[in-house]
Amino acid sequence: MKEPANTTATWTADQPMVSINDVHKSFGELEVLKGISLDVMKGDVICIIGPSGSGKSTLIRCINGLTPINSGSITVEGQEVNSPKLDKLALRRKVGMVFQQYNLFPHKTALQNVMMAPVHVLKQDKAEVEKRAYALLAKVGLTGKEHAYPGELSGGQQQRVAIARSLAMNPDVMLFDEVTAALDPETVKEVLVAIKELAEEGMTCILVTHEMGFAREVADHIYFTDRGVIVEHGPPATFFSEARDPRTREFLGQIL
Amino acid sequence: MLEAFHEFFRQLAADYPSWNFIFFYRETEMNRVAQGIWMTIKLSVWCVILSVVIGVVGAWIKGSRHRVASAIVQGYIQFFRNTPPFVQLLFFYFALGQFTPTYSPDGWLEYPIISNVGWAIISLSFFAGAFNVEIFRAGVEAVPESTREAAEALGYTNLKAYIHVVLPLAFRVSLPALNNNLVNLVKTTTQAFAIAVPELLYQAVTIWNDYPSAQNPTMLLLFVVYILLVGILVYGMHRWERAMRIPGYGM
Repeated sequence: MKEPANTTATWTADQPMVSINDVHKSFGELEVLKGISLDVMKGDVICIIGPSGSGKSTLIRCINGLTPINSGSITVEGQEVNSPKLDKLALRRKVGMVFQQYNLFPHKTALQNVMMAPVHVLKQDKAEVEKRAYALLAKVGLTGKEHAYPGELSGGQQQRVAIARSLAMNPDVMLFDEVTAALDPETVKEVLVAIKELAEEGMTCILVTHEMGFAREVADHIYFTDRGVIVEHGPPATFFSEARDPRTREFLGQIL
Repeated sequence: MLEAFHEFFRQLAADYPSWNFIFFYRETEMNRVAQGIWMTIKLSVWCVILSVVIGVVGAWIKGSRHRVASAIVQGYIQFFRNTPPFVQLLFFYFALGQFTPTYSPDGWLEYPIISNVGWAIISLSFFAGAFNVEIFRAGVEAVPESTREAAEALGYTNLKAYIHVVLPLAFRVSLPALNNNLVNLVKTTTQAFAIAVPELLYQAVTIWNDYPSAQNPTMLLLFVVYILLVGILVYGMHRWERAMRIPGYGM
């Protein structure tokens, strides 16, 4: 895929794809991020876990500029997310995002949901996009549901459409914001399988999740956040068994 | 057949002098009614289209972060919603009408570039448009922020998200209220009578001024025609509402 020259000039694949440095974010009086730093390399799958209200979702929303930060810096492929000169479209075609509540466009079929952004935003050829959309829906196991409206699909199916919709923009990194939290237990698995396949194909993924089993299996690195700071992090093999901080232990003790 | 029809009403008028259905047997009056209905339809269609456009654009401006533009739209709404449409019409035609440039196709007579029909369309569209802004605004507010955010995350600009995501959903919420307002609009076109727009009421009054015996039948005609016109509009809106219904979606 051709990239505009100015965005790739400063970034090479041996540098972090997403780099977060000392990020602070407050909503009014409440400081939800108190100096978060982490790097994500190309192809990494990282999971961010932690109790509710610890700033996980805010952090992930900052990465594609949905929530502006107060200080610090976030770069995606070398591009400063908080710069006033930021090309928002360029950022958003690099960064795909899947939400907890799916947020599909309810007036469009599954196929149209997947096709819309490439056609409207990237002005790609409709016939070509349609072919890709069929393939993407097949990839997430939704062949035969192309013409169903979101309201006619189960939560798990809707979430898989949302994943396909995001992938249609050919992103370099995918953000997953508690994507299984709103699902029935029996449909959680189908969504996790779709994400796992993506991760295995080498997609860079940043997940906020409560699925510890999934995190252990898929993640390259796990970050535990509490009250706006990263308390502890490490590869899953050591993270779950050798957590040192009492807060991490307490959290894992409640969940596992 | 047609001759028998004419003859029946001619006889009816002779037997019952206050029931002179003159527009059923005299061609001049028949044409007046036809022209009146046609003018009413033209006024209605133009005003419906323009007022909906005003509503859509106004709702967009009001929802944008542009403070000044938003305040202007708010002022417009307050003015047009809180003053009588009849006064607005007179104001547009008599006050603003003085300042409109004129043209002279034959070198003798001066015509204003905006005719009385033009002023009626402008005035009524602004009147109904003010309500439409509020109607669409309510619809826009019913669209969840998270849906708009999903569009934003896919690279949609605010305007593109409004056109492709927010507006189609807002429209569905707004349709019942819009329906009511457009029905009112069609009925309000009768006020154009006051600035001599030859719509149906104007033609009807002309007929019964010429033929006082035709007053009762002409009033009856007015009721019947407006019931039919509004009926067609409501039927069309309901068909549209049904066609836009989303399977599995609450609205």
